[in-house]
Amino acid sequence: MKSVWKAVLFLGLASVVAAAEKPDVETIVNKANIVAYYQGKDGKATVKMEITNKQGQKRTREFNILRKDVKDGGDQKYFVYFQRPADVRKMVYLVDKHTDKDRDDDRWLYMPGLDLVKRIAASDKRTSFVGSDFLYEDISGRSLDDDTHELIETTDKLFVVKNVPKLPDTVEFGYYNVSIDRKTYVPMKMEFYDKNDKLYRTIESTKVEEIQGFPTVVKSVVTNLQTGSKTEMEFGKVQYDINLDESIFTERYLRRPPREAIR
Amino acid sequence: MTKSIVIRTFLLILAAAAVMLPERATASEGDRGESLFSELPVEMHGFYEMRGGYRTRKDKYEKDMSIMENRFQLDLYSYLDWGDIRFKGDAYGDLVTEKGYFDMREANVFLRPLDYMDLKAGRQILTWGTGDLIFINDLFPKDWQSFFIGRDTEYLKAPSDAAKVSLFGDWVNLDIAYTPRFDHDRFIRGQRISYWNSNLGRLAGQDAIVHTDKPNEWFRDSEIAGRLYKNIENYELAFYGYHGYWKSPGGQTATMTQAIFPDLNVYGTSLRGSVGKGIGNVEFGYYESADDQSGRNALVNNSEMRYLIGYAQEIGKDLTMGVQYYLEQMLDYGRYKNRLAPGFAARDEYRHLITLRLTKLLMNQNLRCSLFTYYSPSDEDAYMRPNLNYKVSDNLAVETGANVFFGDHSHTFFGQFQNNSNIYAGMRYSF
Repeated sequence: MKSVWKAVLFLGLASVVAAAEKPDVETIVNKANIVAYYQGKDGKATVKMEITNKQGQKRTREFNILRKDVKDGGDQKYFVYFQRPADVRKMVYLVDKHTDKDRDDDRWLYMPGLDLVKRIAASDKRTSFVGSDFLYEDISGRSLDDDTHELIETTDKLFVVKNVPKLPDTVEFGYYNVSIDRKTYVPMKMEFYDKNDKLYRTIESTKVEEIQGFPTVVKSVVTNLQTGSKTEMEFGKVQYDINLDESIFTERYLRRPPREAIR
Repeated sequence: MTKSIVIRTFLLILAAAAVMLPERATASEGDRGESLFSELPVEMHGFYEMRGGYRTRKDKYEKDMSIMENRFQLDLYSYLDWGDIRFKGDAYGDLVTEKGYFDMREANVFLRPLDYMDLKAGRQILTWGTGDLIFINDLFPKDWQSFFIGRDTEYLKAPSDAAKVSLFGDWVNLDIAYTPRFDHDRFIRGQRISYWNSNLGRLAGQDAIVHTDKPNEWFRDSEIAGRLYKNIENYELAFYGYHGYWKSPGGQTATMTQAIFPDLNVYGTSLRGSVGKGIGNVEFGYYESADDQSGRNALVNNSEMRYLIGYAQEIGKDLTMGVQYYLEQMLDYGRYKNRLAPGFAARDEYRHLITLRLTKLLMNQNLRCSLFTYYSPSDEDAYMRPNLNYKVSDNLAVETGANVFFGDHSHTFFGQFQNNSNIYAGMRYSF
């Protein structure tokens, strides 16, 4: 009798362990999404981008980014304060990101020379972010509901998830595979395939650090195999849980950014 | 005398810039781009710009050269524990007027004395309202001359010498901008842009510079503008009030020798938010011409109602389109017509205006092609602003564009400028 209980207990434990090691695909993508975009309840970072085109010409972008989650895995607010290049210095980009279906993100741009608060009419999330090889959606996160997910491979270190868009006509890719670290759930590599199954774009996490206990991608690079262009993005001065006030993400701070964003 | 001082200042700043620029350029290769001011808590930026342009047709009242200038902007900014200090000034040598100028764009302090209060005092650029290159409740000074001769759009806004107090509440926010001495528009007066002179009944320019009698006394001839606003689920609702003067001449003296800025009060409202896949906006303003409320005085503008509705949407990859419909309705139109001296060209009671903006970004967003068009079916005139701007590098941008005026009549809003159509090109190095 005892041994039966032991056996049951053992089996139960084994299944728990198995579940931990082989979670289902929804759990994997949910965790990876939180790790990639929702660490802490808010955060800040200084971002440097270097865009290198096929001819080797380089351009840089530098901005500070403040983020506050409205709901973990859901809506978020972003405050982006540009520092470089000089012609966009002091511009502020404010995003009220919505994950509900059928609701576009609300976006504002403040142009300091004109003291103008402009509403941005862009609704296509698959356009370049500030002229780099990163797309708006790479920065703000693609909604999990937009794709179907399938775990296609599990290696010692990685889960490989294939993501197929539910509405293929709204995006330029056919599908993309994400390799997710089994321990940290950090997406280490994304590979985008076109509609003819040809790899044309990759995003790699080239440096991951643990900051305040949160695994954080501090360096990543996107390569566009079609255009021969690549963009390196580096995060510095990363801080989490800094208690950003909700009011920072309003017109008041758009017109006059908070110290947190300037420094 | 003043001219030589201005030129000397300009040369001095240029020389200083020449010394600082290489310093800055090499420093920016390093980790954080420290400038000469790295010891001080001052950020220094700015640009150097060359811009030239010509009229596309002869104008017997103006020079062929529409713009020809070298401009140096220095922007100094310091944020201290108690507040921010800002100084931004342009020194430029102008070959059209053959003069040197210093245009102080901003010189202000910003304070946050209370959690719910911001204060900015001094020379500053002020903007509010929802229109795209159409202004109803934004009664801060505009520089129409810069706009028409092809300076950067940024120069459409002229600075105000004002104090702006902003109060932020849980329910509603309030901005009050007080200008102790009236700041009028930098309007078209004939120096560089020929215009319709109703007294002469013909086009005029340098032969008939508009002289003004302007309210000019500190504190007595002041302006006050207010905005009460609230964001409701990202729909931005605002109410506006203004007490001051017509910003560009809105009448003339009895002897008809000087243009005047009669009293003006404006009350308005606006709403902006997402509509379908784009952004929609509506704005309204009642212009109460306080010196002629009944419309009986032919020498002073009548009161008006102004309405605007607009919509902007992304219609293709990096391609956005914005359309606006604007209506200007003159009140007491019958009285205006009756009082109008014989021979004067009458305005319409309703001025309809449609605008269309198309902006396309190409070459990794380094090339911006844009076209803004104003078209008035009632005035039968139009104004087009094509522009190409290419960022050669992070610091260097080149651009070319045009200001093209069309019109069937010489007295209408844009029709009067038809001899001022021009093309321009420029180059800007920012640091």
